[in-house]
Amino acid sequence: MKINVIKELLEGRVLCGEDHLDRDVYSACGSDMMSDVLAYVKDQAVLLTGLVNSQVIRTAEMMDMVCIVFVRSKQPTKEMIELADECGMVMLTTDLRMYEACGRLFTNGLTGYGESHE
Amino acid sequence: MNDERLGFHFDVDGTNFTSAGQASVEVKKNLRQIGISPEIIRKVSIAMYEGEINMVIHAGGGTADVYVSENCVEIVLRDEGPGIANVDLAMQEGFSTAPDNIRSLGFGAGMGLPNMKRYTDEMKIETQLGKGTCITMRVFF
Repeated sequence: MKINVIKELLEGRVLCGEDHLDRDVYSACGSDMMSDVLAYVKDQAVLLTGLVNSQVIRTAEMMDMVCIVFVRSKQPTKEMIELADECGMVMLTTDLRMYEACGRLFTNGLTGYGESHE
Repeated sequence: MNDERLGFHFDVDGTNFTSAGQASVEVKKNLRQIGISPEIIRKVSIAMYEGEINMVIHAGGGTADVYVSENCVEIVLRDEGPGIANVDLAMQEGFSTAPDNIRSLGFGAGMGLPNMKRYTDEMKIETQLGKGTCITMRVFF
């Protein structure tokens, strides 16, 4: 799924990374707990979260993710947007809640496959 | 000590949660520049990032050293924090002594040390109450 389609489905606003909206992504995950993202996520390119601090971007960077979506209209700081931009990530914000946002992406074909379940 | 190892040293600032993880970001860049495989880089940087976060939350910072040798990447994290009272307990997923404000920042779920073990091939914890902790991790090529 193109990141641009994610933006459309979630009625999102682009905060940075406008140039990368045509990138393809194949899976996503949603969590407010970065420890869980670090523990269980594998090969997901998109992180949906309601948590707003710089560690969200660092966590995404560690996991080689390319897109962060803030749910519930969360607005990151200017510093966070700059940090994500430096990392070449797309950052979106949506008014949708986590459940609704994940549901829309999942039902349109962006699954959560790739998570490690050992 | 093998003098032929390539090493990187970082001081981890224990007073600023916002900057926690900067050393791991640097290590990731450095390892990429010297041509280490993405899978190894991912393991090293996640393990080190968790360690860095732990040092900031629990120990008021410390130092991180990363060595690249012929067969592995070694990460050595040292702090002069309170030490770990019960290592077996600390290694259990879900056990945490982190304060509530850390949980609201997305960490403190008791996954730090288990994650560090999960992503590395070897992990050794040396800790002394009131003196500090030294964690050595290795990821083999």
